[in-house]
Amino acid sequence: MSSLLFATPKELTGWLAKLAAGHRVLAPRQEGPAVVFRPQTAEQLAAADAEALLKRSTSSPKQAMLPQSETLVQFTSVKDAEDPSKLTTTLTVPEAAEPTVLFGCRPCDARGFVVLDRPYLEGPLKDPYYGARREATVIVTQACPKAFSTCFCNWVGSNPADSEGSDILFTVVDGGYALEAVTEKGAALLEGAGFAPADDKRQAVEEAHTAAAQGLAPSPDLAGAPAKIARRFTDEAFWTKETVKCLSCGACTYLCPTCQCFTITDEGSQLNGRRLRSWDSCMTPLFTLETSGHNSRAAKSARMRNRVSHKFSFYPERYSGYFSCVGCGRCVVSCPVSLDIRHMVTAAIEGIEAEAKPAATEAAPQPEAEAGKDKNAKGKPKKR
Amino acid sequence: MSENNCGCSKNPYLPEVATVLDVITESPTIKSFRVRFDNEEAWQNFSHEPGQVGQLSVFGVGESTFVINTPPSSKAENGYIQFSVMRAGEVTTAIHKLRPGDKVGVRAPLGNFFPYEQWKGKSVFFVGGGIGMAPIRTIMLHLMEHAGDYGQLSLLYGSKSPEDMAYKADLPGWLDSKVLKTTLTIDREAPNWPHRVGLIPNVLKELNPSPDDCIAVLCGPPIMIKFTLAAFRELGFKDENIVTTLERRMKCGIGICGRCNLGSKYVCLDGPVFTQAQLNDLPPEM
Repeated sequence: MSSLLFATPKELTGWLAKLAAGHRVLAPRQEGPAVVFRPQTAEQLAAADAEALLKRSTSSPKQAMLPQSETLVQFTSVKDAEDPSKLTTTLTVPEAAEPTVLFGCRPCDARGFVVLDRPYLEGPLKDPYYGARREATVIVTQACPKAFSTCFCNWVGSNPADSEGSDILFTVVDGGYALEAVTEKGAALLEGAGFAPADDKRQAVEEAHTAAAQGLAPSPDLAGAPAKIARRFTDEAFWTKETVKCLSCGACTYLCPTCQCFTITDEGSQLNGRRLRSWDSCMTPLFTLETSGHNSRAAKSARMRNRVSHKFSFYPERYSGYFSCVGCGRCVVSCPVSLDIRHMVTAAIEGIEAEAKPAATEAAPQPEAEAGKDKNAKGKPKKR
Repeated sequence: MSENNCGCSKNPYLPEVATVLDVITESPTIKSFRVRFDNEEAWQNFSHEPGQVGQLSVFGVGESTFVINTPPSSKAENGYIQFSVMRAGEVTTAIHKLRPGDKVGVRAPLGNFFPYEQWKGKSVFFVGGGIGMAPIRTIMLHLMEHAGDYGQLSLLYGSKSPEDMAYKADLPGWLDSKVLKTTLTIDREAPNWPHRVGLIPNVLKELNPSPDDCIAVLCGPPIMIKFTLAAFRELGFKDENIVTTLERRMKCGIGICGRCNLGSKYVCLDGPVFTQAQLNDLPPEM
């Protein structure tokens, strides 16, 4: 474990302002009723009230690695002077990612990137756009000072002080912040920050972590959930009942730190245009609508079933048992009709036995259950 | 300058610019497009397996997924790969307007392929319905080139009407082939039609192929698949010997964008080729 450093609020904002000289610094900012991650200048950061940079964001910081919309490739074509029907088409891809500091994530947000890494970077073909930003970004995470009623990171193998996915983790202590490098990337960023060593704050940090963890409602037993939810798939009455209020607005998917879906569209013309990648939502009927008119998820119940199953069954089955939900609760907070994924998951697994049969689904939950336990054992400070 | 500077060895979203060499009008709604990459090195490095798909794009309009419609030998022998495209929406309408010399984007090959190595020594019965003949053509031509490795090869190809039948240039050769037993059928009687009349599942039952040491490979619209699958089962074919290739709306083609999943499997990456036995283990969400 590396050593703790202490920064006063002024020192913290000063450090961020200094970093803004060589980095894009993304930090939470209040905009109307919402708190969103935005690039902030050295002047803005130097003048900022540290408290304002520590607010929990309304939308996830996913956009740091996956902008809502980005250019994948630009195309231009020139006509042959001799024969105008002949075109020469040239493709260009955007410049590499700029060095970025993502400040003010919560542990669930940082873990969200670990969840996205699996499809984006660990498949047979890696996503170079996501990968380049991921590499160029240092994630500075605030251990949660308290749990909100919508928080459920403890359901999915995490806790309010989890450092997974973060490069630096800091904790609010008396008079300032105790920072600790989690990775070498984090250590490098802290080098030269000029913060005082603060190993005497260790106990205060652990106490803060314990207090936050104790604020979470107990987690239900989700061992075997992937197999159970898979078995619920054909219970159409269940999914129809659970989705009856859903407006298919997609707020849950746009705010989610782990929703990975996107669409690809073209803009402009062959002579001068670009191919874009933009966030998409599995909650809209257009998502799977085929030109023939066929739609495998025409009903909203089928779409919600896919969303909940993806997070708690399909993804775990594909990726060694890990859930793709990080328990941030944003979908719960912002659903206009108060749908709650926690309720859907517990209702879906209720009364369903985790049979011994389907090998693939059965093998999946084990590693998650163990990984979750380990993480809790490591991350949760001992009770005193 | 079609290289990538994303810091990765290969950018899977970056298409190869290709030139349309030839356009074949197959039916009132289907055209085949023969294309070759402009970048000679990329073209030399290209290879595919029967059943793999590609994203074909018209710049400024968009991409759509189509099976590579020629067998692997075509690249060297003919100097092109082919896509058969049914005109249906925005992108396919733009593709249908293409003429020789026009530029397209190609991202290929994507997905898995027919496990033809495992079929060696067995008979193979192909069934193609409508545009579903496109992937069947690829694997069938490939097996015909290696007919000695397989038992009897048979084809049942059906369309609504004689006009809707694609690959008219291929049909005489298929009907006369020494290595392929070909049966053609249309849904309803038409003048001067010398072949069968009747829906594919019914004709299949009349043909009554033996399930012994035989692989069934089928592709077509969902309703045809449903009843043809039932017919094969009735004839005694086991689900692990019934192979199909699926179609779903796709965008990325590499298992990330999230829309073509069947449970935990992505049709673009883990498919599009599945045995019926594999599909039985996935959620019934077609």
